[in-house]
Amino acid sequence: MYAVTRKLAGQVFQRMEGHLDVVFGHAANPIRHMGALVFFFFWILAATGTYLFIVVDTGVVVSYQSIAALTGWSFGGVTRSLHRYASDAFLLFAVLHLLREWALDRYSGFRWYSWVTGVPLLWLMFASGIGGYWLPWDRLAQYSAVATAEWIDWLPIFAEPIARNFQSPDAVTDRLFTLLVFLHIGFPLFTILGAWAHVHRISRVDHFPSRALALGGGGSLLLLALLRPATSSSPADMTQAVASVPLDWFVLFIHPLTEHFGAGLMWLTLFGLTVLLLALPWLDRRARVPVAVVDPPNCNGCRRCYDDCPYGAVMMLPHPDKARREIAVVDADYCASCGICVGACPSSTPFRRQEQLVTGIDLPASPINQWRERLESWLALPAPAIPRIVVFGCDRAVPLAALAAEATLPLSLTCVAMLPPAFVDYALRSGADGVLVTGCRPGSCHYRLGSVWTEARLSGARPPELRSEVARERLQIFWADAHEAHSLRTALEQFREHLQDLPLSSVTPAFRRRSNIHVHQSV
Amino acid sequence: MSISPSNASSTSAPGLPKPLAIAGQVFFYGAFIAFIGYFSSNPRYEHLAPDKALLKISLAHFGDRECRKRSPEELAKLPRNMRNPMDCPRGRSPIRLEVDLNGVPLVQHTLKPTGLSGDGISTMYRRVELPAGEHKLAVRMNDNEREPGFKYVKEEVVNLKPGQVLVVDYNPDHGGLFFR
Repeated sequence: MYAVTRKLAGQVFQRMEGHLDVVFGHAANPIRHMGALVFFFFWILAATGTYLFIVVDTGVVVSYQSIAALTGWSFGGVTRSLHRYASDAFLLFAVLHLLREWALDRYSGFRWYSWVTGVPLLWLMFASGIGGYWLPWDRLAQYSAVATAEWIDWLPIFAEPIARNFQSPDAVTDRLFTLLVFLHIGFPLFTILGAWAHVHRISRVDHFPSRALALGGGGSLLLLALLRPATSSSPADMTQAVASVPLDWFVLFIHPLTEHFGAGLMWLTLFGLTVLLLALPWLDRRARVPVAVVDPPNCNGCRRCYDDCPYGAVMMLPHPDKARREIAVVDADYCASCGICVGACPSSTPFRRQEQLVTGIDLPASPINQWRERLESWLALPAPAIPRIVVFGCDRAVPLAALAAEATLPLSLTCVAMLPPAFVDYALRSGADGVLVTGCRPGSCHYRLGSVWTEARLSGARPPELRSEVARERLQIFWADAHEAHSLRTALEQFREHLQDLPLSSVTPAFRRRSNIHVHQSV
Repeated sequence: MSISPSNASSTSAPGLPKPLAIAGQVFFYGAFIAFIGYFSSNPRYEHLAPDKALLKISLAHFGDRECRKRSPEELAKLPRNMRNPMDCPRGRSPIRLEVDLNGVPLVQHTLKPTGLSGDGISTMYRRVELPAGEHKLAVRMNDNEREPGFKYVKEEVVNLKPGQVLVVDYNPDHGGLFFR
């Protein structure tokens, strides 16, 4: 039930992402870059907050006066409004980011650290947001302050109820605002420290959106700030209860919930949910795939696996056997067992004549030799009348088994970037008429960079490059998420039609690594 | 499907023509603006009905202790720096509090002292919504359980306006129990 719900949620996200790709392109698709947007909104908050810190006074009366004066289309007014709306977007996208990572199964296994360090950040974000609403010290601030104090008082941590600090006008002093400013700056500082921990186990962090997305997101908030400038209500008055408030539901939704369900139940729910989220990687634990293994004689210290690993799991250390050379060393705690390093290794080329292909870095559960053997076995079969296509895909995108046919060999790798580009060349020179490479859409890759690296390698933009001599008209790249099986099948058949139209002269001569390939039906 | 030798890439969903893509982006960013703009202050939350007032019973007081005066002989036996004339136990008495509203008991509660040794302050904070208008409020408090009856009593007819907050508190500097 749980797995089905998560899978359905994942499909909802992927379908939305697919639709928005059409409009935005994947680089500017907001759903694909929610983590980057959260960072972006944080920097807007930091910049606008710095200005507000300079111009806002702290005190019961002056805090209200100085903030109430910041309204309309003045620079201060727009800055204040931007600060407010950015905080809403910040919290909204942080929660959506968590939901998406959960739905797309990105919280367990090697990802436990990023997940666990991300969950507490939500507490800091909301604490900072709620405290921020107290600073204007208007009626909304009064409501939130009293509601928060009454909520916290349910916990047996303070000898004297802190709600007593808000029971009369003289109970609220200027020192409260000094404390509030301290907390409103302190929480974000801890948030950014926690965010560093959150991302420090991954390389090439998507920490800033593309220019188009930054312009779209930032511009939208600026437009909103101009259309609906933030305003203060009347000053807080502790002798008068707050009857009706224009609540910011993104930040202050906790107050009505507490009022409705009771403080105890809300604490229980929030603590319970937090513990559940923190424990999720272990509650949903699956058998761990063996991590990548380095073969020292075949590792020349070229650093390509080090450069391409999306999780910084590869370190370069002095080679034990080769003087003045380095060797890749895999940190098992960081390794995702994705195989992207295998695709990066120049020793993974199938053209090597050794009987057993041993590469510099390999996945024990899915060795590169196995893929060459399957490819060779299939190509050794009698050729059918229609063009033969080898489909290289990945286990996380469209399931490929259904594509298997006399003229189609589907090879589903752990990640498509496990494919060394030389395999494309090898397949074409060994008798395949075409190669179709498929995998998760860029931005949707389960291992973050698989599709991006594959496309870069095949286009010659990143080593190991696909040789420029390889006939590009016989290569098709088609990105499709798991639910797009129909699109992939259509693309495959169109590609086959395209290959049929190619002149015979363009068919490359057959290549045989060995004269007598052992043929067996393992497709 | 066009495939050129220099670029074999393709995606499953080709992008829209630029004008349509821009229109789509305007639509989605517009929806984002509307969503944030609306829920950042709407719908208004009705925290308290317009015809209601608020009574806050908010007390923080140390219960009494049964102290005994030490005799000169007892004091002489003590080291010089510990010759406190009063011998007080660590624990404090619970506080008995009763509040009647219009002659009907609203609160009848014993406030236990906080702290593991029962030597801390006794507190109470309760928020009660009342219809605005005239009410007879009676508060009785006893901070020593060994003594019978109530040491502090305050009764008053209060006229509460809609939205008004009336706090029942205790402060010896304000003459004990007081309303404000």
